[in-house]
Amino acid sequence: MALSSPVHIRSSQEMAIESEDDVLQVRREVRVLAERLGFNPFATAAVTTATSELARNIWCHAGRGMVQIEVIDEEGRSGLRLVFRDQGPGIPDIERVLVGGYSTARSLGLGLSGSRRLVDEFNLQSQPGQGTVVTVVKWGRL
Amino acid sequence: MTKRHEMRGSIPVLRIGSTLLATIQVELRDSVAEDFQRTVLTRIEDTGSTGLLIDITALDMVDSYVARVLVETSKMARLMGTEAVLVGMRPEVAATLVRMGFPVDGVRTALDVDDGLALLGRLRPAFDL
Repeated sequence: MALSSPVHIRSSQEMAIESEDDVLQVRREVRVLAERLGFNPFATAAVTTATSELARNIWCHAGRGMVQIEVIDEEGRSGLRLVFRDQGPGIPDIERVLVGGYSTARSLGLGLSGSRRLVDEFNLQSQPGQGTVVTVVKWGRL
Repeated sequence: MTKRHEMRGSIPVLRIGSTLLATIQVELRDSVAEDFQRTVLTRIEDTGSTGLLIDITALDMVDSYVARVLVETSKMARLMGTEAVLVGMRPEVAATLVRMGFPVDGVRTALDVDDGLALLGRLRPAFDL
């Protein structure tokens, strides 16, 4: 991952994303962790919504994948780092997708561009035919 | 798994005079969303309601999928001649949708059910609530 800052990983867990139920489970888990970390309601809604978008992307476009959910600490602040991985078709035109409005099936094309605007750090790596890895970090605000 | 049963439950659509009130208390998964749209539109036809309030007070998260379902349902209702108002959006939900860049224009909103009813009253002054 290209995310630079030296962080301490307090906890880490992996969850599979293979169904709509999984999307909801992942979203609930992230909400619980955000609230436990003391995120305010706005930050909690932001990271939960970004999670929903990215998990739904996997379910809709790749069929299956995983998310690694980490609670991280850095210089007196805590946050969540989420790594979404799939082996799906990949994204042919990343620039276009990140601008937003690039829609395939059943969405407005806001999944990636929208979730990027909701988090503090966002990294997307994808090659057509080789899957996609999206890493996001959301820090708590006091 | 009682929780799952709750989540799969349908969304109640109540009639208040010439207004329908749909209260969303469950997570809108695909199956529920389609059922919700069908139910609302059918109830509009059956009752001849001229107003629709969709209450999302209970939703602590609205992603682009759920937002699209809500906006679509409002537009479908309007095509049938029924004014639709989305009520009860939480501050963090409003902030999230705008920051994501979700297009919210063209959808009427009000703070809560009371304000929504008042808005409908102004939109169709010839009708009693």
